[in-house]
Amino acid sequence: MSDLNKNLKAPGIGKIIVYILLTIWAFIVLFPFYWMLLTSVKSYSSYNAEYFPRFFTLSPTLENYTEAFTSVPLGQYFINTIIFTVATTAIMLIVIIPAAFAFARLNFRGKNIVFTLFLALMMIPNELVVITNFTTITNLDLRNTFTGLILPSVTSVFYIYLLKENFAQIPDELYFAAKVDGTSDLKYLLRVMLPICKPTIITVTILKVIECWNSYVWPRLITDNEAYFLVSNGIQEIRENGFGRDNIPAMMAAVVVISVPLIVLFLIFSKKIMAGVARGGTKG
Amino acid sequence: MEKKNLKAWLYLLPAILFLGIFMVYPLIDVFIYSFEEGFNSSSQTYSGIGIYNYSYILRDPYFLQALKNTFILVMITVPISTGLALLISVGLSSIKWIRNLYQTIYFLPYVTNTLAVGLVFMILFKPTAYSDGLVNLIINFFGGSSVDFIDGPYWAKMLVLCIYTVWVVMPFKILILTSALASVNRDYYNAARVDGTSKFRMFTKITLPMISPMLFYLVITGFIGAFKAYSDAVALFGTELNAAEMNTIVGYVYDMLYGEGGGFPSYASAAAIVLFAIVLTITCINLLISRKHVHY
Repeated sequence: MSDLNKNLKAPGIGKIIVYILLTIWAFIVLFPFYWMLLTSVKSYSSYNAEYFPRFFTLSPTLENYTEAFTSVPLGQYFINTIIFTVATTAIMLIVIIPAAFAFARLNFRGKNIVFTLFLALMMIPNELVVITNFTTITNLDLRNTFTGLILPSVTSVFYIYLLKENFAQIPDELYFAAKVDGTSDLKYLLRVMLPICKPTIITVTILKVIECWNSYVWPRLITDNEAYFLVSNGIQEIRENGFGRDNIPAMMAAVVVISVPLIVLFLIFSKKIMAGVARGGTKG
Repeated sequence: MEKKNLKAWLYLLPAILFLGIFMVYPLIDVFIYSFEEGFNSSSQTYSGIGIYNYSYILRDPYFLQALKNTFILVMITVPISTGLALLISVGLSSIKWIRNLYQTIYFLPYVTNTLAVGLVFMILFKPTAYSDGLVNLIINFFGGSSVDFIDGPYWAKMLVLCIYTVWVVMPFKILILTSALASVNRDYYNAARVDGTSKFRMFTKITLPMISPMLFYLVITGFIGAFKAYSDAVALFGTELNAAEMNTIVGYVYDMLYGEGGGFPSYASAAAIVLFAIVLTITCINLLISRKHVHY
């Protein structure tokens, strides 16, 4: 009898401990975000006057945001990143959709060999090819251009693979019916396959947008002209010779501005993004 | 049939073109680069073929430092982040109330810019002229003395780098493990409960074996990811990583290629290939171990 009681009681205490631990982790995750937001609305003088930083502020100010947009070209970085992200993602879709279609739907000689070769390319780490790409782009005189930034990252074997798997799930009957009606392959792809596979295409698009927004290494290698900096390089530039006098509140305002777009995107599409990453994201 | 073949290749053409120029050709080229001795990037000439580039980087103190840093980072962060993620995921699957909210919160670091949030970690750990920084004040509160975590002693910098890396890689691991846990068939637990099996025993005898494939997948991707660490270090310590003694192998590759001490694609190539060899070896070892231990 006493054993039974223990079993009834134990989950209660256990649950509480689980909740406490999970809440601590949520706190650890959220704290840096809270801290950057908080610091970004403290004025320069009040921030530096606090030897022991306060955990809230009674006189929030937006002056750091004006400072972030006026004394460094944050707006420029922002626009560059949007151009880069939109162009890269759009071109990528144009490149990978026909490729996935060919693998999923069309029959041609050497299909299996080519597909295997594509899959083998998935294992090649970016670090290995970046050296030659750097030389190629430099020799083509494409440093400090959007073309040079965009071109090497417009294909992704992994996304071709994801899309191909999805395309292949569409029943053959649809294709044959369309053929009987005299629909061309291209029309079938655009009118039938794409609408059916819209969820996967959205997932691929969002994952690519996140990747583009956060890309740092390639833009750093290929741009040294501030007019072409993306946000990652911009924030690094700000950190190294930005606002002067260690203006940390302004720096944090810039960090908030850079982080907000993706956080908003995530809050809107959180289910889709998490499902997409679970299916095939990498990082860490 | 001929026409059909042609059309299929036409659909593939853009992808093949881009992959050929920016993946296949560079892949071959990087091996060639790494064996060309005395390469001069302005005249595009080299003096001979051999393994000098490899022997050079293996004697370069900066490379050895980068190698050491990367290994320390991998050995500390991979076990800690995987273990912690397992703990959190198990806790998360045992609750119902606000579970979705927590799941969403835990995933947040995945979508943030590593460089940007790294700055927040930097100000939390860095003493300035005005304040010792929040972390140091907490240390002081518990009776410790302040440490400069960003420009101070080696172990302090490594500690911050490890903490930040764990923070960054946790979302992916928690996500994968929670979905792995959710896919374990409930019938096993019900059967075990009928037999009066203890919770701990259920965890070690049912849960762990069932999710072991995913756990090993995470260990492998964790190793690969940690070996390629770079932007976390830049976010915390700036681009002059050699001077900060905080460089990583990938950082060494990029520093050799471009920037202050750059212009040596041959050394960069050799270092990249050494990195690739290490990652490949570790992946193979992991696969061998997993074949023995993954119950499936």
